[in-house]
Amino acid sequence: MESQPPEERSQQRSKGLPQVLVMKPPPLLTLFEDKFISSKFQLLKAWESTLPLDQFLTTYAGSVRAVLCSGATPITPRIIRLLPSLQLVVTDSAGVNHIDLNECRRRGIAVTNAAGVFSDDAADAAVGLLIDVLRKISVADRFVRHGLWPAKGDYPLGFKLGGKRVGIVGLGSIGSAVAKRLEAFGCTVLYNSRKPKPWVPYPFYSNVHELAADSDVLIVCCGLTAETRHMINRRVMVALGKQGIIINVARGAIIDEKEMVECLAHGEIGGAGLDVFENEPNVPKQLLELDNVVLSPHRAVFTPEGFMAACDLVVANLEAFFQDKPLLSPLIHE
Amino acid sequence: MTSENQPRHSQSELPCVLSLKLPPSFLTFGDHFFDSPKFQYLKAYESPLPLPQFLQAHAQSVQAILASGAAPVTAETIRLLPRLGLVVTTSQGLNHIDLSECHRRGIAVAGAGTLYSADCADYVVGLLIDVLRKISAGNRYVKQGLWPSQGDYPLGYKLGGKRVGIVGLGSIGTEVARRLDAFGCSISYNSRSKKSLVPYTFYPNVLELAANSDVLIICCALTDETHHLINKEVLSALGSDGVIINIARGPIIDEKELVRRLVKGEIRGAGLDVFEHEPAVPAELFALDNVVMSPHCAVRTWGSFEDLRKIVIGNFEAFFSNEPLLTPVALDHLPHLSR
Repeated sequence: MESQPPEERSQQRSKGLPQVLVMKPPPLLTLFEDKFISSKFQLLKAWESTLPLDQFLTTYAGSVRAVLCSGATPITPRIIRLLPSLQLVVTDSAGVNHIDLNECRRRGIAVTNAAGVFSDDAADAAVGLLIDVLRKISVADRFVRHGLWPAKGDYPLGFKLGGKRVGIVGLGSIGSAVAKRLEAFGCTVLYNSRKPKPWVPYPFYSNVHELAADSDVLIVCCGLTAETRHMINRRVMVALGKQGIIINVARGAIIDEKEMVECLAHGEIGGAGLDVFENEPNVPKQLLELDNVVLSPHRAVFTPEGFMAACDLVVANLEAFFQDKPLLSPLIHE
Repeated sequence: MTSENQPRHSQSELPCVLSLKLPPSFLTFGDHFFDSPKFQYLKAYESPLPLPQFLQAHAQSVQAILASGAAPVTAETIRLLPRLGLVVTTSQGLNHIDLSECHRRGIAVAGAGTLYSADCADYVVGLLIDVLRKISAGNRYVKQGLWPSQGDYPLGYKLGGKRVGIVGLGSIGTEVARRLDAFGCSISYNSRSKKSLVPYTFYPNVLELAANSDVLIICCALTDETHHLINKEVLSALGSDGVIINIARGPIIDEKELVRRLVKGEIRGAGLDVFEHEPAVPAELFALDNVVMSPHCAVRTWGSFEDLRKIVIGNFEAFFSNEPLLTPVALDHLPHLSR
């Protein structure tokens, strides 16, 4: 069995089923392999071949119409060019910054992601991080855990959440879910998005700098694009102010991380709750020392239920595609 | 509510408020935080006299007491103060005041009202998300530098859709319910009596509430009835996937039993701001990643202290001017309460 190339093995297993190219196994495939056994498609597993990727693609993927990827497998123009029959890219992630959307648009290639299924969990994590930073929950836990309570008695106060002005950067499905939750805490919600949303009750700010100037908290919920890269820069952070808190559950590169570390180290902003970083899993050393910063290993937004729902969505998109039915979660190109 | 017809103050002196121990807030805000030009404090903790003697020496002057969780107002103290008409406490809880004796003597009690409710509810939600989504544990993991070397941290649990059982739907419980509703949790509760006009499911006892909940949140007062209310049976009913959050009073939970379950993995996790013997916390908890602990600070924010100051001073000033108290406690509506 091992001597047969994987592509031949899979052809023998499921003759005639259209192939979905997978260059590297996405986390969902590793977690839920069984869910990807379908009567509508079969997986073409490039990583199981000894051939270098480019050669594999030119030899075996000429008629492949769909690709399954994750955040860790960039779909670059080069890859797209090696797949002349490609019509669909399915990512198991919420983010799509690893996919060259321009090239996909040019080629008429549809893209689906899994944003919707993670929204509630991502919003829960964002609020959890915010409460933790404001009320110093992790610091309190460490205080008790290290046996300091009997010795030290009094304990540093946190700050109220109610009444805070929270600026949401990107009012998509995650941002809206965050807004809904924070309203229940008595926060005032403001937002910046690419375009104002006329049906939401929150004040719109046309740029992040103005949003920051008028906010006590910034919560980053937008996608990473060329426009949003380093959008939260030093100027924005200074506008947010010395008591200001930044929460990021989107993509590390939306914030100028180096500047943020400086601002935190010098007290130019009040604190941060971060689930994502520019160069994961590497986190700037200075952040490890700061008590007003809560860090999460790109994990807080995920739950097993979220992953299962994402898996179901990925498979459903693939099956719909191969049955010529409408995709469930296509990205709308703007 | 007010004491018998006695003159509130003599002509030349300001009326006296007894302060038994330095309130915890004074450590942060200084000795004069609750000062007012309309009354003065008699500070028992500054006297070399033992308390009973101090009280006897000032029995005719003391008309009111400033109490806190650290400074209980016992029946003995009350009996030594014939002119006592009011007890004002800085805490949310009332279990440190002998309310029966106050009721018997016609002594009014004023509490924090709803001052702390929102901040407390915020903390409850923070603890719950922390336990479910391993936020503090994940923070420790990253800050210890383990992410690059040891890879992904285990996933947490979804909050949305969880069945949340609130024990005690008072002011804090109501604020908790409102918040968790926005997260898509389904809310039910147990209280001394069913509350009409609330949209949440009522269970007549805590055992049934626990059996139908994924999360149990303790928001009730500590009384004789609620001591060790959350016992072995209730914890069993909650189940091994259950989470418990306590911001009320440590003795409401059988702590030894809870710790045993946490250590054995017979309960999913706990968020605890209060303990049976504060500031002592069972050391077995220090090694557990599914427990989040805090030093009885769920109500404490910078903002709430200013509000507290206004309420404390306002209550004393109202009393001494024969005006209605700001945040009176209805003593005749309470069941028999423990000290």
